[in-house]
Amino acid sequence: MGLKENLHNFKVKNKGKKWLPAFSAIHTFLFLPNEVTHNGTHIKAADDLKRTMNTVIMAMVPCLIFGMFNAGYQHHLAFDGIQAVSGGFFSAEFWTLDNFLVGFWKILPLVIVSYGVGLGIEFIFAIIKGHEVEEGYLVTGMLVPLIVPIDIPLWMLAVAVVFGVVIGKEVFGGTGMNILNPALTIRAFLFFAYPTWMSGDKVWVEGAVARDRAIAAGENLDAVSGETILGSLAQGKEVAHSVADMFFGFIPGSIGETSTLLIILGGLFLIFAKIGSWRIMLSSVLGALAVGLIFNQVVDAGVITETSKFYGLMSTPFWHHLLIGGFAFGTVFMATDPVTAAQTNKGKWYYGFFVGFISILIRVFNPAYPEGVMLAILLMNVFAPTIDHYVVQGNVKKRKKRLKVKTA
Amino acid sequence: MSNDIRIKKGLDIKLKGAADKTVEQAIISNYCTIRPEDFHGIIPKLIAKEGTTVQAGDTLFHDKSNEKLIFVSPVSGKVVEVIRGPKRRIDAIKIEADKTQSYKDFGKIAVETAQPEEVKAHLLASGCWPFVKQRPYDVVANPERSPKAIFISGYASAPLAADLDFTLQGKEAELQAAVTALGKLTEGKVHVSVGQTANSPLSGLKGITLHKVSGPHPSGNVGTQINKIDPVNKGEVVWTIGAQDLVIIGELLLTGKFNAERIVALVGSSVQKPRYFKTLIGSEVSTMIYDKGIDKAGHDRIISGNVLSGKEIKADGSLGYYCNVISVIPEGDDYEFFGWNKPIFNKVSTSRAFTFSWLNPKKVYDLNTNTNGEHRAFVTTGTYEEVFPLDIYPLQILKACLYKDLDEMEALGMYEVAPEDFALTEFVCVSKQPHQKIIREGLDLMLKEIG
Repeated sequence: MGLKENLHNFKVKNKGKKWLPAFSAIHTFLFLPNEVTHNGTHIKAADDLKRTMNTVIMAMVPCLIFGMFNAGYQHHLAFDGIQAVSGGFFSAEFWTLDNFLVGFWKILPLVIVSYGVGLGIEFIFAIIKGHEVEEGYLVTGMLVPLIVPIDIPLWMLAVAVVFGVVIGKEVFGGTGMNILNPALTIRAFLFFAYPTWMSGDKVWVEGAVARDRAIAAGENLDAVSGETILGSLAQGKEVAHSVADMFFGFIPGSIGETSTLLIILGGLFLIFAKIGSWRIMLSSVLGALAVGLIFNQVVDAGVITETSKFYGLMSTPFWHHLLIGGFAFGTVFMATDPVTAAQTNKGKWYYGFFVGFISILIRVFNPAYPEGVMLAILLMNVFAPTIDHYVVQGNVKKRKKRLKVKTA
Repeated sequence: MSNDIRIKKGLDIKLKGAADKTVEQAIISNYCTIRPEDFHGIIPKLIAKEGTTVQAGDTLFHDKSNEKLIFVSPVSGKVVEVIRGPKRRIDAIKIEADKTQSYKDFGKIAVETAQPEEVKAHLLASGCWPFVKQRPYDVVANPERSPKAIFISGYASAPLAADLDFTLQGKEAELQAAVTALGKLTEGKVHVSVGQTANSPLSGLKGITLHKVSGPHPSGNVGTQINKIDPVNKGEVVWTIGAQDLVIIGELLLTGKFNAERIVALVGSSVQKPRYFKTLIGSEVSTMIYDKGIDKAGHDRIISGNVLSGKEIKADGSLGYYCNVISVIPEGDDYEFFGWNKPIFNKVSTSRAFTFSWLNPKKVYDLNTNTNGEHRAFVTTGTYEEVFPLDIYPLQILKACLYKDLDEMEALGMYEVAPEDFALTEFVCVSKQPHQKIIREGLDLMLKEIG
């Protein structure tokens, strides 16, 4: 007997056992189940939730791999003074095995902790509540390592994942029922619980924090820093990177958020696959550009001068906002989460626009923390049902009006 | 007058096993089975007890709450068995058919000059009334209420549907009689829809408003057409009648006989030679499916109706009351290694998530009954809207049905829908939710609470 028959017999033999969902999760991972239709349509389309989630993960894989190279590159750039990239996206200085391995050994544990802890909780809840393990965490588990700084301690990540999955998702009833994006809930938890590990100029470069500690302990070493572009702008410092670097992603930042190019490719793939909502992505970009333009106008009009602490970010050319920080990543992979975004097509336009608009607004005006996309998406998650409510009411009103015309 | 209805949202599922345009007389079925569950919401009160001899057109049972609403035998013969389920609910009434059929004579009626009351009484007495269904609720029409309009779809867009242009051929006289008679029962119009390029016997009828429909399925669904022509408002009723059922009504009016004969398509990838059969309502499907049909040893799903909204029956089952197609497709109770992430070429999908049915829209598929995934909570959004042409929010109305909010269901348009309108959203549903069942239960709840 082959694997297929063995697994099937095992499933049949243990039918009704409490732990069966845990087995099923692995079983259905290997094999598409033998379930058939009963009432309703006798045939079904090819897509299931696993396929949908898997497609999103596939779109993120290039960002993950780039993040590994970039982690090593930023490390070597800061510590060993290697040559900076010069030859565009395929610069030989960047794509070295050495760079990759530094990142790989640093990021792989983050991925393992994220999936291990998160899926572990999902399994436990599935068994307690007696339902199948739902696939929502497959994407969340991939998003989480991509939106944290490289040097985040693993235990912090584990604690945050527990918080995010339990409070952000399971208390609402699990996948499909949550109000806030679980990955962003995890990040928000980290950000408010351990702010020193989530911002500043040390955490973005592998080893910089350790170096700092060594210096504090009295060792005679040079301090290493790697500030994000947002950090520099917020403090009114000179930005050390070119626009091309920002677009290609050779900059410090959260692991997966730096390469706007690869994020755009991932986004286009998701739009093509009809998995990601182009309405949200497009309107979010429009919202960000709109507010960026307004700020540029304000600066041009001379209302804000160089002495203002907002000058740095307000005077940034409006389209640069799309390239820096986590805006692109958030727009493509996080704002589009179908569960927490607006669910009506019209509502998606409003939702996306406000995500973009508020992201840049927070970015410019928040003195403590220049990255606004996380808070903007979480805020709009909360408002998405309200947006949908008004969109649906439009349809309801039309129906009532039709009735009135008839009876009048 | 002809009006165009163009449907853009939808999906044509092209399946293997479309019927050849040839009609065969099916072997005469020894038994005829009537299942009260075909008439949703009707609670049968049995008249013809076991052992009763009936003619075609004799009453078998009537609705418990309305004695006038009777259901008649399609054949002459003897009631041999009343099959009962839990709580003595009548599951089926089995009639052994006579070798030579005799018909009860209901008398002819002068359609042109008849009074509305006369027509109604005639249809009720002859058991033709159950062919008339109503919206809201998608149940047999309440004879006490007059509809604001009557809708007849002469265009079948469902996968492997029987071609109505073909099956209605030569029935112009019956169709005209039925349409004229039914037209008297409404103050509004009789809306008849045909395909854009169709050569339908329906298009030449008098006393109707003709609509030409084009676009993908569900353009042929009467629910889609109602929504585009004259949607149902709160407090209003419309009637819908299947085009083939008009023929039976018409024949009754012209000859006084209840002749339950209809042309049925035998289709699906498991059928060796898909074609049309002339048979009677309630006939055993075994009289049709084996001759150049399906493999007796095969592992197939037999469906009375189309693959999207039909009902699963066994090989010894019988043709449903309203059905004009029998679909047979392979069962899909097998595992598929890494079926959830490998590229898929042999299944239909509206996405392009490593599914490649978008590459060749003309390709014909051999789909089985596998669900292609497990039941999940609603997650994705926007996918239903792509295949749902009604001016209604599908996800929101489904959720309203699930949490049983009657006000919201009403506000979102529950009076306008029938379960079959949600067949395509159910087909594409990533979470494999049973949309048609959810809608049916929602309608039942409204019927019970609001009426």
